[in-house]
Amino acid sequence: MTTTTSRAPLPAQTRRRRPFNARRAGAWALIALAIAVSVVPFLWVLRTALSTNSALASNSASLLPAEFTFGAFMRVFGLQSPADAVAEGGSGAAIDFWLYLRNSIIFSSITTAGAVFFSAMAAYAFARLRWKGRNVVFSLFLGTMLVPPIFTALPNFLLIKNLDLLNTMLGMVLPYIFMTPFAIFFLRQFFLNMSREVEEAAMLDGAKHLRIFFQIVLPNAAAPLATLALLTFIGQWNEYFWPLLVGSQDDVRVLQVGLGVFKSQSPQGAPDWSGLMAATLVSALPVLILFAAFGKKIVNSIGFSGIK
Amino acid sequence: MTTLTKHASTAPLRAGAQKPRGGLRRFGDIKIALLFIAPAMIGFIFFYVVPTIRGVYLSFTEYNILGDPEWVGMDNYSAIAKDPLFWNSLAVTGQYVFLNIVLQTALALGLALLMHKVAKSTLIRGALLLPWMMSNVIAALLWFWMLDYQIGVVNQFIEWAGLPRVAFFGSEEWAIPTQAVINTWRHMGYTALLIFAGMQAIPGHIYEVAKLDGASPFQTFRKITIPLLRPVLVLVLVVTVIGSFQVFDTVSVTTQGGPVNATRVIQYYIYQRAFTESDFGYGSAIAVILFLILALVAFIQMKFLKGNESDLD
Repeated sequence: MTTTTSRAPLPAQTRRRRPFNARRAGAWALIALAIAVSVVPFLWVLRTALSTNSALASNSASLLPAEFTFGAFMRVFGLQSPADAVAEGGSGAAIDFWLYLRNSIIFSSITTAGAVFFSAMAAYAFARLRWKGRNVVFSLFLGTMLVPPIFTALPNFLLIKNLDLLNTMLGMVLPYIFMTPFAIFFLRQFFLNMSREVEEAAMLDGAKHLRIFFQIVLPNAAAPLATLALLTFIGQWNEYFWPLLVGSQDDVRVLQVGLGVFKSQSPQGAPDWSGLMAATLVSALPVLILFAAFGKKIVNSIGFSGIK
Repeated sequence: MTTLTKHASTAPLRAGAQKPRGGLRRFGDIKIALLFIAPAMIGFIFFYVVPTIRGVYLSFTEYNILGDPEWVGMDNYSAIAKDPLFWNSLAVTGQYVFLNIVLQTALALGLALLMHKVAKSTLIRGALLLPWMMSNVIAALLWFWMLDYQIGVVNQFIEWAGLPRVAFFGSEEWAIPTQAVINTWRHMGYTALLIFAGMQAIPGHIYEVAKLDGASPFQTFRKITIPLLRPVLVLVLVVTVIGSFQVFDTVSVTTQGGPVNATRVIQYYIYQRAFTESDFGYGSAIAVILFLILALVAFIQMKFLKGNESDLD
């Protein structure tokens, strides 16, 4: 590889040890720093959420909550009387994160279930069935990954409006429910690598494709399906632009959009930081729970796409 | 299941096992294929193909939602060419993209190297991935609080260091770098993991040979790691650039285009024209331009950096 020809002298072993360790220690220190930068902000959010908003200004850098209270969380869930809310430094405006939480769960669950299932069906057709034009259609499907979401968002908004589905859950989920190009790509790749033997045997036995799909392929692909569902759910949970366009009313508003609204409700002079951080934490919690439970799956899935 | 496998092991049937691949089956699958692909096809046609065509069509019209789109030819495009706000949004977005490339790629590459050298544990990778799991809105609000001018903890530290407080979101010169840093914070771990996965794919014996040849760590990095990582790095670059060009969420919940026009990025400008000012034709035309820019960027990066070829083969 390199043009250097001089060989490293053997005695260097002993000399090399010390700087090697120092370098290792330095590397660990840098990694620790990176982890701190990634994690500490969340602790700061928690600390703020447990503080009394009006006390934050005078304790802007103390590590512990300023005047500890659960008031901010109660405020976010609409459990605090306006008078108490104002006393603790909130805006007093009614906000109900239970509703947004419910909407987020419905929105993310329906779109995930639909997209993963229908994408698996399509992936089966691309990986296992032989039909004319298969590769062309697959390339076209993949090509949609290149279309920026903003570009289709405007016409999609008009379509949902024409269908009179603005501010309905149906209108919110429709563009996502049928497929995502990534899901099809991801599952096709997996199906292609799956052994065909059992399927072919079943076929000789007279099993139809539908039965093979449901009884052999889906159960065998449980692990990648779970990973995909996890990634899709988190992606949908974090979706902001489309729900902002289509679901602006309270009864369909999701958490991410609700957060934005909550933030803009704060009077310019003194924002309700405690309430806002409590709301942020509530919005992050489901993802944090999923991550704690299935973190390994998620971490190991990174690097799957794009790298052969 | 069990009965199926039993039959499979009988000899005469196995002899015919190749049959479904050729012969009659070749054309026989089309009906069942249509059934399997139907739902995805509906989504593909109604939410990708038709809107793409409609988006291009709308860009040649004047349309304010009420009434019908009115064909105006190239009017929107010639208006955009003379629109200082459009050029401003392009410049602001370009600045954002540039900062993201530099910060994100450099930090992620460094982090990936460190992980590759000393820390391969899933726990550490998980911790670094945490910000990426959070939504843009959460990342934006979290930093909006930490970077607050009055009582944000970062400004508290800056003051303790004897420096003047910084209006991260409130000053024109800081607003875009702040947005870029938030995005970098959210994506750094993810990008590092992508690069790390690429490093894991480089065969260890190449490094051993280099070591035997007496190559310094820096030489090894420059002459082995970087060239062999090229496909991954190009992929990361494409994803970073395309993603950053579409920045919207963080701007929408924090600065909303301001102060003045400092953070009016392309997508935010499209949103404002289409939804705040009900000018769908104009908004669509800018969206077409954004689309073309992204396609060009992807094409250039794949073509000239040869991202789809690996030196490992």
